[in-house]
Amino acid sequence: MEVDEGSAATSTAGQPMEVDGNPNPAPPAQQNEFSPDYLKLYYGRLFPYADMHKWLSYGHDGKHTGCDASFFSRREFSFTLEHDIYLRYLSFHDASTMEAAIREKCPYKIDIGAVYNVDPSKRTAYSNVGGDKVFSPAERELVFDVDMTDYDDIRSCCSGADICLSCWPLMTVAIKVIDTALRDDFGFEHILWVYSGRRGVHCWVCDPRARRLTNEQRSSIADYFRVCKGSEMNGKKVALTGPALHPSLLRAYTEVLKQYFEEKILLNQSLLASEQNFGKVLDMVPDESVRSQMRNKWHSSLPSKDEVNSKRWKQLKQLLEQGKSKGQVLRRCVEEIVFAYTYPRLDMEVSKHMNHLLKAPFCVHPKTGRVCVPIDPNNCEAFNPMQVPTLPQLMDELNRDDTASGQKQKDWERTSLASSIQYFKQSFLDPLARTNKAELESSHRAKLQEMASRPSLNW
Amino acid sequence: MEFKVAGGRRTSFGDASDVGGVQSRLSFYSNSSDVDVSLEDFEQFAMDRLRVLKGIEEGRTRGRKAEEIDALVVDLWRKHMRTPNAADIATKDMVSHFVLRLAYCRTEELRRWFLAMESALFRARFRAESPESQRKFMEDQKLPYKAISSTEFESVKEKLGQVARSLNQPVPTADNTFYKVPFEEVPELVSARRVYLQRGFAFVPRDQLASIVVGQFRARLSKALALTNRLWTSTIAVEEKDRLTPIVEALSMRYLGADYSQPSKGFVGLQDLDNLAKNSFPLCMRHLFFNLRHEHHLKFGGRQQLGLFLKGIGLKLEDALNFWRSEFTVKLIRRLYILNLPRWLVEVVQMTTEKFDKEYGYSIRHNFGKEGKRVDYTPYSCMKIITSTPGVGDHHGCPYRHFSQENLRSVLEDQQLSSRTVDAVMEKVRNRHYQLACATTFEAIHGCPSDGINHPNQYFEQSRRALQGGGQAENTSSSNGLQSVPLPAHHDPPHPVERGTLPIPGP
Repeated sequence: MEVDEGSAATSTAGQPMEVDGNPNPAPPAQQNEFSPDYLKLYYGRLFPYADMHKWLSYGHDGKHTGCDASFFSRREFSFTLEHDIYLRYLSFHDASTMEAAIREKCPYKIDIGAVYNVDPSKRTAYSNVGGDKVFSPAERELVFDVDMTDYDDIRSCCSGADICLSCWPLMTVAIKVIDTALRDDFGFEHILWVYSGRRGVHCWVCDPRARRLTNEQRSSIADYFRVCKGSEMNGKKVALTGPALHPSLLRAYTEVLKQYFEEKILLNQSLLASEQNFGKVLDMVPDESVRSQMRNKWHSSLPSKDEVNSKRWKQLKQLLEQGKSKGQVLRRCVEEIVFAYTYPRLDMEVSKHMNHLLKAPFCVHPKTGRVCVPIDPNNCEAFNPMQVPTLPQLMDELNRDDTASGQKQKDWERTSLASSIQYFKQSFLDPLARTNKAELESSHRAKLQEMASRPSLNW
Repeated sequence: MEFKVAGGRRTSFGDASDVGGVQSRLSFYSNSSDVDVSLEDFEQFAMDRLRVLKGIEEGRTRGRKAEEIDALVVDLWRKHMRTPNAADIATKDMVSHFVLRLAYCRTEELRRWFLAMESALFRARFRAESPESQRKFMEDQKLPYKAISSTEFESVKEKLGQVARSLNQPVPTADNTFYKVPFEEVPELVSARRVYLQRGFAFVPRDQLASIVVGQFRARLSKALALTNRLWTSTIAVEEKDRLTPIVEALSMRYLGADYSQPSKGFVGLQDLDNLAKNSFPLCMRHLFFNLRHEHHLKFGGRQQLGLFLKGIGLKLEDALNFWRSEFTVKLIRRLYILNLPRWLVEVVQMTTEKFDKEYGYSIRHNFGKEGKRVDYTPYSCMKIITSTPGVGDHHGCPYRHFSQENLRSVLEDQQLSSRTVDAVMEKVRNRHYQLACATTFEAIHGCPSDGINHPNQYFEQSRRALQGGGQAENTSSSNGLQSVPLPAHHDPPHPVERGTLPIPGP
């Protein structure tokens, strides 16, 4: 749990709002303003309750005999209300009770937890340890959280909660690398990427197989993606051993990392221009003669500003690759630097435990006012966090079209949220629905078989 | 499984279904037979197995590689599990496993330890078997793994070669057998990227076959432990309260030594902390503490490691809340100054304190057993700290294990240790004797011998004893930490055990 350092300042900054009598307050001058009244309207007119319910029901909302009617109501939700009031272990019977609760409480943040073996709101009834049903998570999407703050040691453009278009490519890399590995290596298909509203991205892997993973299996996947190791006191952040890269790392390197490093990160972060920055890079070189050679060279000559980074990178690369004779240590070094500066860094704890909460898609970030919209991994380089719809903008769009009414469009279709919800439905929910159906049928068959041949209960 | 304990009634130990069949030497401990066992053997067998498991733990804390552990296990097994009559080994194996299962089913921490050690034991024993008997064992256990065809091998040959080379191993040829299994079954191999993964399947080389089988073993044992725990609390503990319960409870105490969940004596006040940190904290805690003082921030892993340690040395909940609050809010307020928002400052201070209470306060109260499951969490042991995996931005872990050589050296030099001592410490680190390195540091700083370091809180207590004089007076433990047997749990938690020196109970 990380404290949002900026929150205290901005949450007191809300301006006096228009009263409830006016359903459509005019947007304030600043586009990024967040207000509880807008949020109310957002929950009233735009939040996609039915789609969220459809997603989280995984087909158990249908008429199939294999449906488990209690499935959705065993899902934990948690709300964070104004003034950081925190409500955990909420659960809802269906879409309409969920909608009613969200409209009523108007949460600043909605988190989604695991599906438990019993209704989370009634968990205390099962808390006696000796009982047959100890309250415990039964299934959960495999989730990932990539947060820009974990890249602070390699970012020079901004730090902490701030992001800009210079560092955002790091997130693009994370999405590309992880998404490809989840599909090609692990065989997952139903993967939803979501902008976290401020400085990172979330990933929900929703395949039946992913939802049933044990904590240990989740940890193993998180570890599979863990390349940047080494705590603060261990200089070397990436150590690649052996004369080849693992196929998954090799694919990441050749298809994504190398290009992003050389074309974006190296230049955006100006990694080799100032002594402070290139010092950090050179620290990763395990050979003193290379280090001092480069230091001397870079001190004395000052090439034109634009080219300095790529020029120096070429020099360093050349020297390191020449050093092949000194063994693999130096050869690997080029790759190690690239990995250290581009390979995704996960918040491991979030992925490792079934009961970890993660913010729901389509929430609004209370600091930025931006909606947590899905990101299409196939087109993630086009995603610009600065252009994600904000509450005031959406309210404006609703107002504008209200006046020119006459069409029979749904509210969301008339706003810039349309493409996001459209994507959510067509590219995520529809394929998922097909899998849900197949899954329900096969598990129903299995259950019937099991009932037929159930052994006596033994331990 | 049922044991007929001599002169007593039967105690149910597991599903007594399959009895027939010749026992393979290895077992998943799921089917079982009835055994007559004397109360003495019941305990003795368990003690012997515990020696093996503790030996494995020791190997792991020293950072031994899997292959080294395998060799170690074979040795330990030969040494401790020997029986006068070779035919009795299987019985001893069964009995000791099930007794320890009872002893170690009772808390999450115990279960995790037992699961890890038993899995390591099983792996080594499996790998020691001939390929033929491995295959037979897998057949018996209905683990139907088939080797991939040569056509399939050709199609992934290049990738398998990359994996092998990334691990510094020879490139596989068509003669090498590979198995294709769902990745869920080989989490350890996935974690370390030791297999090629393709659309959900892992290609496991023959010499890693053990991982698949161990995965199965783990999964089954994990389930069985949860089940045993339920039965223990609901029936066995009460039914056996005069006979087995005391033995079983004492057995699990033996591994843990003191768990330091309660401060051994007195309380520590906030005002003493800086002084204590300077003089009596082990390096891992010192580093966290001063880093927090300096940065006014620590990530989760560090907060847990330091927070539980502070609890263990006797920092009260109220003081702990104050301590963390003051550290963290300094950072928040400082940031706000930078934002130049003086007119909100008063509110802001309130907000930050409130925010602290909600976000951090919860986890601190949680650690003290005042929130959530209301478990009083125990401070981390060296084993747990050494095997943790600090990431970017983290400061927790064991400095001897996780710091780079240069950083460790400079930290040690800051402590005014002589260069000879520093060299001695670095030598131990190179040999992966992290705890010995810590003990050497202790001895140099305190100028007196240490009892060996197994736990940061033990380091602290030893340090206080040494600094307050009369060092050795109350040292009841040292090499003879485990007294012999049937005893109800010691009211004074036994001192941490010197590794590998379990006493042999008297005749």
